[in-house]
Amino acid sequence: MSTDRHDDFRNPLKRARGLGSAKAGTGHFWWQRVTAIFLIPLVAWVLGLLVSMVGADYATVHAAIARPWNAIAMALLVLMLFWHAKLGIQVVIEDYVHARAAEVTLQLLVTLACVLGALASLYAIGRIALLG
Amino acid sequence: MSTRERPLSPHLQVYRWQITMVMSILHRVSGVILTVGAFVLAWWLMGVAEGGERYARIAGLMASPLGELVLFGFSLALVYHLLNGIRHLLWDVGWGFEIPEFYRTGWTVAVLTVALTAAIWFVALGGGAA
Repeated sequence: MSTDRHDDFRNPLKRARGLGSAKAGTGHFWWQRVTAIFLIPLVAWVLGLLVSMVGADYATVHAAIARPWNAIAMALLVLMLFWHAKLGIQVVIEDYVHARAAEVTLQLLVTLACVLGALASLYAIGRIALLG
Repeated sequence: MSTRERPLSPHLQVYRWQITMVMSILHRVSGVILTVGAFVLAWWLMGVAEGGERYARIAGLMASPLGELVLFGFSLALVYHLLNGIRHLLWDVGWGFEIPEFYRTGWTVAVLTVALTAAIWFVALGGGAA
């Protein structure tokens, strides 16, 4: 390490900031909690919505999701859900996959999958709500 | 650099099974299951958006006995992870760190998980007044 190089005039704090154990300080811990708290009411809501749809025909299901606040709540739910899932699976991989190349590959694939899952869900909700 | 086999610190197998560790393991297991569930939700939403044959096939799969079993598994994992997650959040604000409280909240979550999941399926399968 080059902590006592003299050609770097930055304050030591400037060099350390944002470069914690996971290169992101407490960000992971914090966002896992924030998404968890958002998900408490959202999951309770979606369970109620899904149970109310059991046995309903296609038009009823489509109309229920298309209702403005249902569409908005569903969009918020999938964002929080895939974000929370990504943060959780990231830790599982960090804990159990010790080959660096495999770990990085898996982390990238999980991130990609969760982004795609969220985008697909948002696209679907948008299409249901806006195109009828 | 050569590494010698060294004694490892005691791991899971030396401990007596107790509810605190079971809850902790199940929280992670249910979280992984629910990640799969999130993709099933996305797949279902895409089906609703597309409609027609595609939606009919997805709805048919979900209403099949195997489909219902999988959905039951997701609902159980979801209710558990939700309730035990609230337990985790309470620990985060510093509440419930006495040993008896660990056990009490653990059993509370276990009992509520079974009761709530049963209630959801009671209503879903038409047992309710609706």
